[in-house]
Amino acid sequence: MNFFSGEVVAVSEAAVEVKDLTVRFNNFIAVDRISFSVHPGEIFGFLGANGAGKTTTIRVLCGLLYPTDGYVRVAGVSLDDGERAIKSKVGYMSQKFTLYDDLTVEENLSFTASLHKLDLKTYVERRQELFDFIAFDRPIHDFVRDLPGGTKQQISLAAALLHNPEIIFLDEPTAGVTPVARNRFWSLIRKLSERGKTVFVTTHYMDEAEQCDRIALMREGKIIALDTPGGLKRSAFPVPMLEFDPKESLSFAEVSEMRQDRVFLFFEPYGLRFHAAVRSEKEWEEVRPKFEQKFNVRQIKPSLEDVFIQMVEGKTG
Amino acid sequence: MSQTPISISVRGIKKIFGTNPALNGVTLEFSSGVMHGVIGSEGAGKSTLLRIILGLLKPSEGTVEFRRGGERVDFEEIRPSLAYMPQQQSLYPDLSIGEHLDFFKELYGIPGDLYQQKRGELLHITRLGDFVRRPAGQLSGGMYKKLGLMCALLRSPRVMLLDEPTNGVDPISRREFWELLYRLLDQEILILVTTAYMDEAERCGRVHLMERGKVVAEGEPRELLEGQKVRTFDELFLRRGGGSE
Repeated sequence: MNFFSGEVVAVSEAAVEVKDLTVRFNNFIAVDRISFSVHPGEIFGFLGANGAGKTTTIRVLCGLLYPTDGYVRVAGVSLDDGERAIKSKVGYMSQKFTLYDDLTVEENLSFTASLHKLDLKTYVERRQELFDFIAFDRPIHDFVRDLPGGTKQQISLAAALLHNPEIIFLDEPTAGVTPVARNRFWSLIRKLSERGKTVFVTTHYMDEAEQCDRIALMREGKIIALDTPGGLKRSAFPVPMLEFDPKESLSFAEVSEMRQDRVFLFFEPYGLRFHAAVRSEKEWEEVRPKFEQKFNVRQIKPSLEDVFIQMVEGKTG
Repeated sequence: MSQTPISISVRGIKKIFGTNPALNGVTLEFSSGVMHGVIGSEGAGKSTLLRIILGLLKPSEGTVEFRRGGERVDFEEIRPSLAYMPQQQSLYPDLSIGEHLDFFKELYGIPGDLYQQKRGELLHITRLGDFVRRPAGQLSGGMYKKLGLMCALLRSPRVMLLDEPTNGVDPISRREFWELLYRLLDQEILILVTTAYMDEAERCGRVHLMERGKVVAEGEPRELLEGQKVRTFDELFLRRGGGSE
């Protein structure tokens, strides 16, 4: 038996279907009538500022929180089918590492297996498949607290996949690990998707978001955009985007002044460089020579970070 | 407000845990008015270095010296104006954001007017204004970080040691946070920050790259990147295999 070849959801049916979902905590509306669906096998990115309602939505979809209103169907199961029904179909890796530091790798996994009532034979088989999958090559009796962050994170993923869920929810799975460990984690995410698993992921790393098939962008409890990364870029920036590479270091005051220049629709620092969108080509051509004294300017594709800032920030108020 | 420059000299620091050298001869200079970024893969020794500077850990070898206006001063003199944000912060899960701020106001003895102004400013920058009543135990990772940062900034520190302060913080708040740091920098504050975001490393005034307990490169970002023949720190990291475990 291959761990990854579980029952496949009928292609016609969405892996996740959400209609008019609302979650209210007393007077606070955390999620405000959102609707969307996620296709089977898709890598679905869920982005938004801290506090936009992402984790709350995930908690509903995992059967951990009952919504105030709305309709939710996950892997063909609705919330009214009982919370266990959803929990058996989904895996969840939360923001805080979901492992016990004082237990070994093996103890953590066998504990998780027992919560899912897996028999010993199935558990041992799946564990081996998952170890192969994440290329885990350390002693399984190592304490989790002694593992590097990147390895801990991969064991957390293995724990979330142990019961062979159809959909896996990853809530900021890569917060705080190094760029190399993040790359490795994303290659695992892509493999999961290739093998038919649906991946629902939140992240604050926009280079990671680029790797999603589609992205929903949340702001203040609402979904303000939902599209492919390319589609989001086209709608956020119909005008060409420019990169300004300063020929000499700029002071903070100089940068602030440039940001105020009305030729720019958008002007944001990006490491040593700046990304800018101009209001109109005509206006830009007039002032271009002035800027080219101080900067090397070239046309680039907008990044998702630009999109995020423009969409979340740009339409406030 | 005193605007006297402050500097920290770290000389020949070694720190050995058991048989494992976490720091293996680190010499660094930090001065106010410059954004110092310490970067490196996990286990490079960044957090250990911060803890040694703070006097929370004793080095096995080497010294840490503090200077104010060129004069050597004891750590105890710097301590009251020092802010430290560890990676794992300990806030009170039962207290709300507002209660945390009130609590730290009392703790630091901040006058009422100044407090109101700072509180408003910080809540605006962190975009946590709508969440003042939410208990810390129910905040998302990024919001929790921001709360820790607000508590640290309430007392107008002169030296700030920030261990991955923007980890898990959304892109907009991350930018606002950096703007805030730059504004503080103009007031002769010493800022030392560790980060896993390579675009943030590029925004530092001076970058100190650590690998396996040693400083392997340092300098102004552009200089450093040119020296290593790469365009960005992401490229540098991937090429050096930083973060491999």
